[in-house]
Amino acid sequence: MSPTEDRQLSDYRRREQSITLAPLEDPLLPADVEGGAETTTELLTLNFGPHHPATHGVLRLLVTLQGEVVLDVKPVIGYVHTGIEKTAEDKSYWKVIPVVERMDYLSYYFNAMAFCGAVERLAEVEVPRRAQYLRVIHLELNRIASHLIWLGTSALDLGSSSIFLYCLRERELILDLFEMSSGQRMHTRYFQVGGVIEDIPAGFEPKLREFLKIMPVRADEYGAILNANEIVLQRLRGTCPLDQQTLLSLGVTGPLLRSAGNPWDLRKADPYSSYEDFEFKIPVGTVGDNYDRFAVRLAEIYESVKIIEQALDGLPEGPCITEDRKVALPPRHELATSMEALIHHFKLVTEGFRVPPGEVYHPIESPRGELGCYVRSDGSSKPARVHMRDPSFVNLQALAPMARGGYIADMIAATAMLDPILGGIDR
Amino acid sequence: MKRDTLGSTVDPQTLGVRGLNAHQLLRGADLEGANQPAHLEGEELEGYVQERVVTTTLNSAVAWARSNSFFPLAFGLACCAMEQFQTAGPRMDIARFGYEAFRASPRQADLIILAGRVSIKMAPIIRRLYDQMLEPKWAISMGACCSSMGVFNNYALVPADKFMPIDVHVPGCPPRPEALMHGVLKLRKLVQDDPEQGWRERYDAVGTEERP
Amino acid sequence: MPDATGLELLAQDLGDAALETVYFREQATIVIDPGEVRAVLQRLRSKGYAFMAGVHGVDYYPDEPRLGVLYELLDMARVDRVTVKLRVPTSAPEVDSVTPEWPTANHQEREVYDMFGVVFRGHPDLRRILMPEDYEGHPQQRDFPIGGEPVIFTRDESKWLEARE
Repeated sequence: MSPTEDRQLSDYRRREQSITLAPLEDPLLPADVEGGAETTTELLTLNFGPHHPATHGVLRLLVTLQGEVVLDVKPVIGYVHTGIEKTAEDKSYWKVIPVVERMDYLSYYFNAMAFCGAVERLAEVEVPRRAQYLRVIHLELNRIASHLIWLGTSALDLGSSSIFLYCLRERELILDLFEMSSGQRMHTRYFQVGGVIEDIPAGFEPKLREFLKIMPVRADEYGAILNANEIVLQRLRGTCPLDQQTLLSLGVTGPLLRSAGNPWDLRKADPYSSYEDFEFKIPVGTVGDNYDRFAVRLAEIYESVKIIEQALDGLPEGPCITEDRKVALPPRHELATSMEALIHHFKLVTEGFRVPPGEVYHPIESPRGELGCYVRSDGSSKPARVHMRDPSFVNLQALAPMARGGYIADMIAATAMLDPILGGIDR
Repeated sequence: MKRDTLGSTVDPQTLGVRGLNAHQLLRGADLEGANQPAHLEGEELEGYVQERVVTTTLNSAVAWARSNSFFPLAFGLACCAMEQFQTAGPRMDIARFGYEAFRASPRQADLIILAGRVSIKMAPIIRRLYDQMLEPKWAISMGACCSSMGVFNNYALVPADKFMPIDVHVPGCPPRPEALMHGVLKLRKLVQDDPEQGWRERYDAVGTEERP
Repeated sequence: MPDATGLELLAQDLGDAALETVYFREQATIVIDPGEVRAVLQRLRSKGYAFMAGVHGVDYYPDEPRLGVLYELLDMARVDRVTVKLRVPTSAPEVDSVTPEWPTANHQEREVYDMFGVVFRGHPDLRRILMPEDYEGHPQQRDFPIGGEPVIFTRDESKWLEARE
């Protein structure tokens, strides 16, 4: 430093320049690496107990730490195991629908869809086109609702509580729509084997169109708030990346796989319930870090809005449930005039319909990945085995590779971006 | 703009008490002449006191304060937790009643809302959480699954009554935010009217309070 | 799903390990010999079915062999699914674990063990996953009682209260 510059610097600035800050920047580097300090080899196993504000339900994580670096994560589950699959073996097929809806409790229509799809396949029941379109509308609305709660709770984990309240406000609009069509806000029993239980009422379409005008604007707002927030970006960008190959070997599907660059989406690859009639894009990420997972899910909200618009515009006329009286209840007005309708109604309500024996696996694309329902029937009116291949259960295995090597805060962000729903994990 | 000593620009005339503070009101500074408290006797004095002073027992006052400021434990198990979020959300705003401070730690909470199904693996943990809460504490069992067995009557669930005392059961699957609010307000009424926290009599647990 | 002929060709390729093929509702299932599960899955992986979508456990009570394990395989490039099924009796419920080659089967095999009692040899961490660690019994077996609390209706309430005293 030349003498002229020396005179211009203050005492403080001169002292500042003489200190090297490198060892303070990364205290966990080993001592022999340049800039590192002494490390400790003592490992701490911390229990993120089932009751924890950041675990998205009752998930227990046993975390092995070295300082603040996560070396291993072992999830322990089972704290909300409800024996749903066992209960389902005891009930007739249409009674299983409300029971199975309560598995993945944020995407209840998807659980019902997977089960109804499997039974429709087994019983070879044809679903009318209007029912398929109505199903798509409700499924995509549920996808938006599920992503809103994911966004709200993840933002809450990252520290922003206002986004949580905004997302709840939008979700109220969606729950109003569900209440209009089926009478219940959650777990609506709207999907039945063969179609949907009732047609949408008169005010549903205008209200839905209003919602579709609002939702992209609001999603823009949330994106703008979070993408401009330095803290959120620092916590999400570059943290916990996982490549496609590891994810595929772990069986991960859904937005997690799409954020790593693999555009696998069952709605496009193997369309069910007339998804092939709609034009929509699949948001795909590049790096596979937490920010990509966040961005992919946020983008999916816009795509769902597009699908609902197209479904609403193209809604065909027709019955909303199959005409096969052996499977679906006859309309009430027929009960006064037709003897067969009365008998069908009686048999369906008391015993339920019989399904030919066989085994079937019906996969659909839920907000978390591939949700598949395996149904085994032995010819009676009750299923012999109902097993859901739940996406959260399989995706949870990806938490350990994601969190290894990062800090605890990164693990919290990874859990949030993983979007685990303990109801689906534990069933 | 005329300001009073606290800087407020509200016109005292509109308040109707000509800009007097509580101390002055108590001493009857807004009354003239013969209506001053020094000149009142008997029934008139009683009427004067009743107009300006609220009397209550300490128990009632404490119960009033406690019931209007529950700190719920941020505890959600399953689907009912989603409706619990909606109750805290903008439409059915639980903050209107003063209960928006969801605490993460059981030591700081006094109301546990069991939202969701209680499995056999989770029951001892909930019991431990309830034990960690400090007295006085209340419990609301939200939803059909923890009140009775709900939709699932099988090997994996425990009704909450089996392992902890519950004050209010809220039925529903899941209960609407309005229903949960009704349950919480019922609890508020219970705490206001019965400061003895009647669950100890109901569950035959008198004498189990922690003594310092 | 491979169509019926494709399924037959696939089964022929597996040789002795494939005991039976089932083509039902346009879904293909190959029933295999339980001892050959790892080899069969590797062979199917080389044919393109590289993604394991799920592992299901089933109890075929009262048909013997009772316990079944189904592996759902998916070929993402050709959008093709095939199910590999094996059945073991309760007297010898042991199957080789496929976790070393298919890491996704880790938790899923633990679930089948927990619910049905199928022991997976070579699994890195075979413990109960959904039930408490010290639970006895395998709940999802068909002869396991469903359990639950008795429902007390108001008309029976006085009887119950008397019985308690």
